[in-house]
Amino acid sequence: MEQVPLAHLLILSSALFFLGIYGFFTRRNMITMLMSVELILNSVNINFIAFNKYLFPNQLEGIFFTLFIIAVAAAEVSLAIAIIINLFRKFNTVDVEEVDTMKF
Amino acid sequence: MTLDNIVLLIPLLPLLSFLLLGLAGKHISVRFSGVIGSVILGASLVLALITAYDYFFAIGKQGGEFIPYLTAQLNWLPFNSDLSINLGLVLDPISVMMLLVVTFVSTMVHVYSLGYMKGEERYTTYYAYLGLFTFTMLGLVLSTNIFQMYIFWELVGVSSYLLIGFYFSRPSAVAAAKKAFIVTRFADLGFLIGILMLGYGAHSYDFFTLIDRLSHPGSSYLVAMTGASFLGMSTLTWALILVFIGGAGKSAMFPFHIWLPDAMEGPTPISALIHAATMVVAGVYLVARLFPIFAVGAPDALTVVGYVGAFTALFAATIACTQTDIKKVLAYSTISQIGFMLFALGVAGWGPGKTEGFTAGMFHLFTHASFKALLFLGAGSIIHAVHSNEMKDMGGLRKSMPITHITFLLAALAISGIPPFAGFFSKEAIFSAAEQSNPIIYWVGLIAGTLTAFYIFRLYFMIFWHKTPDAHAHNHEKGEWAMMIPMMLLAVGAVFGGFIPFGDFISATGKPLELPIELSHIILPVGLGVLSIVAAAILYRKESDVPQRIVNALGGFYRAAYRKFYIDEIYLFITKKIVFKLMGRPSAWFDRNVVDGTVQKTGSLTIALSHAIKRVQSGKLQAYTMYFFGGVLLLVVLLLYKFA
Amino acid sequence: MSASTIIFYIVSALVLVFGAMSVFTRKIFRAAIYLLFSLIGIAGIYILMNMDFIAALQVLIYVGGIIVLIIFSIFLTHQAGDKLPKPLFKRIVAGASMAAFGLIVVLGVFYKTAFKVTTEAGIDHSARSIGRQMLDYHHHGYVYPFEIVSFLLLAALVGCIVIAVKIQKK
Repeated sequence: MEQVPLAHLLILSSALFFLGIYGFFTRRNMITMLMSVELILNSVNINFIAFNKYLFPNQLEGIFFTLFIIAVAAAEVSLAIAIIINLFRKFNTVDVEEVDTMKF
Repeated sequence: MTLDNIVLLIPLLPLLSFLLLGLAGKHISVRFSGVIGSVILGASLVLALITAYDYFFAIGKQGGEFIPYLTAQLNWLPFNSDLSINLGLVLDPISVMMLLVVTFVSTMVHVYSLGYMKGEERYTTYYAYLGLFTFTMLGLVLSTNIFQMYIFWELVGVSSYLLIGFYFSRPSAVAAAKKAFIVTRFADLGFLIGILMLGYGAHSYDFFTLIDRLSHPGSSYLVAMTGASFLGMSTLTWALILVFIGGAGKSAMFPFHIWLPDAMEGPTPISALIHAATMVVAGVYLVARLFPIFAVGAPDALTVVGYVGAFTALFAATIACTQTDIKKVLAYSTISQIGFMLFALGVAGWGPGKTEGFTAGMFHLFTHASFKALLFLGAGSIIHAVHSNEMKDMGGLRKSMPITHITFLLAALAISGIPPFAGFFSKEAIFSAAEQSNPIIYWVGLIAGTLTAFYIFRLYFMIFWHKTPDAHAHNHEKGEWAMMIPMMLLAVGAVFGGFIPFGDFISATGKPLELPIELSHIILPVGLGVLSIVAAAILYRKESDVPQRIVNALGGFYRAAYRKFYIDEIYLFITKKIVFKLMGRPSAWFDRNVVDGTVQKTGSLTIALSHAIKRVQSGKLQAYTMYFFGGVLLLVVLLLYKFA
Repeated sequence: MSASTIIFYIVSALVLVFGAMSVFTRKIFRAAIYLLFSLIGIAGIYILMNMDFIAALQVLIYVGGIIVLIIFSIFLTHQAGDKLPKPLFKRIVAGASMAAFGLIVVLGVFYKTAFKVTTEAGIDHSARSIGRQMLDYHHHGYVYPFEIVSFLLLAALVGCIVIAVKIQKK
């Protein structure tokens, strides 16, 4: 495994990150936007693990951060889905383009 | 009940009447509201009589002189350790006298209005306003503090405004109410500045502290205030002249007299109460309150008071001779009589033998209240019967209105100064005081007094004689006992009021003062008065063309007097042509275009800007996140390549 | 190039491809399934890096929890077989250009930065050592954040119920 350069891992994670960003910007369905957010969080996790493994093998901080991010992501997803369901009840849609009553 | 509680109750009872009729008036039967108001006022009158007896005969006199009795003291606005504004009630000879005058005339007017205002649409409101007025007027006379007096002073103005504009569906009544309010407001500005100057100079607003500090020669406050001078007069003189301007506004002295004749638009009992007997003498009362300061600290100011009073007395008497509206005649007569009171104060001084004018002025205030209220109530009952204010619609009423005729005649004799009626005593006191100190004022006053007898008997003969009485005319007074009884009671005051030994009770120093009546003094005024009455009888007793010939002979002078010497026109010219055009219009333009323009342009610019950028607030989640992410990217790039 | 390296590249390619398909597909249920594959691939990458515990958590929480939750919510809000609406053109342009620009910037930073890679073995990354240090409250312990996260999870739990519960009207 040591043969894989760190740079390749970083390329993987950043590609995944901007894939998520793109998805978040273009998807109109709120659930798919949420999926894009998951991609973004996972790419960050990869980064943390990679840095921990390659740069600071004597520490565990990267792993801790990953753990916390996973925990927070779980909380975030459950809240987001609660909000989406609530919105769906009110607007009968999950399309963000149509849920725009909070404006001028 | 102790005296303190009684004194407190005297003004509070009319306030209760006002609150009761004003707030709960809708639930009170119209028949009872007037009775309620009258009964409450009657109670107040009884309490005032008790108070007067207690003060004059029991507690007021100590060591041979009357001293002020203070009660219900309340520390209201403490500014610092030695300056505070207090509230309280004071009994001293003049305030007790005013208590009697105000409660007596007010009660009479309450009762009279039961008949006069019967069937009026806003009958309950009228009584509520009467209660408010009586409360404020009593508050004014009982004030211990010049600021407290100022508060009630303005409140009196408000209730006067309400009552002048009582018939608010008539444009002339609205205009008159507005005029009265604005003119007195202008004068009150002077009063306020004067108050502040006095307070600044003497470190107190309390009347008796002020008098104590400013009326003893050599007191440090007096030296400081008379030492500093401005335009040739001392600070104290200026302050007192400014205070007097406020008094002149309320008391309709020249040149602030223009509001009073117009104020006759109010119901006639109101004219009797407010615009003849009580409120308009507030200016006289104010000068009397501060009299020791005037006399010791600023004799120049007192001289101003005297000349203004004398001039107004003559000026108004001249106009009164030419008016044809009976209420206008009485209004100018009131102005003239208040002029008498003020010049009486003006000729008085401090020291033995010089204070007679003070007592004389107060005496005249006292007697004038009864006979002038009576004249107005009589005029009211005539107007009630004839349904007109114009003299030419009257004439020959002596048969159909006997009680009014007799009481009116008594009042006319009283105001003309014919012995032994009330006005004789007070007027003689005034003339004798004036003769001793200022011959100019004496002669001016004498001419005014002669004219007084003439115009009042012109009025009398025009109303009650002039035409042959209609033999079949029914009695207009039948069943109007509510109106007749107050007139009879006031007539008692007008006839016998002069026999009160007034000098024993009221004087500038508190010590009893003899008002001597010497035959040599009374011959000239009384003789002139009788002559005028005879002249009026010759001219007006029967219809003739002599008055018209005299008018033609007088020509321009008559027209000028008839048009009230064009004072109103001058005011209109000054306000409309000069103030409005030269000051009002430019400042209105400035206000509209520059001040408002700035504000409005700021507003419209903000609105335009917000319209331009409101698209940013689109409500679209992804747009927001894009702005955010774009910002983050921008920061990253900046930090990496610019500042790194 | 060892076998593990080859496997790494294959797995990375799968992660990216499934991620892209999840982002681009217009069938929502398929998007969820593609995301599932992508996340499993990431777990594979963790295994290749000897991070067994993290990989296990990844599968447990993401695959077992989050994806299931997402699929549930899809069932609640969508008719089967609905096609997702096409993205707005302006969003595609803006999103793509921003993502591309960001990727270039980030890759530029990686290219310029010299990471000090060490090859020493380091400490054991087993669940045992992770647990020991995380719950240690003496030195370099993470018990405090751990507690905070547990509170956060509790709050989220309550919050979900409060937000999503249907209030019965009387």
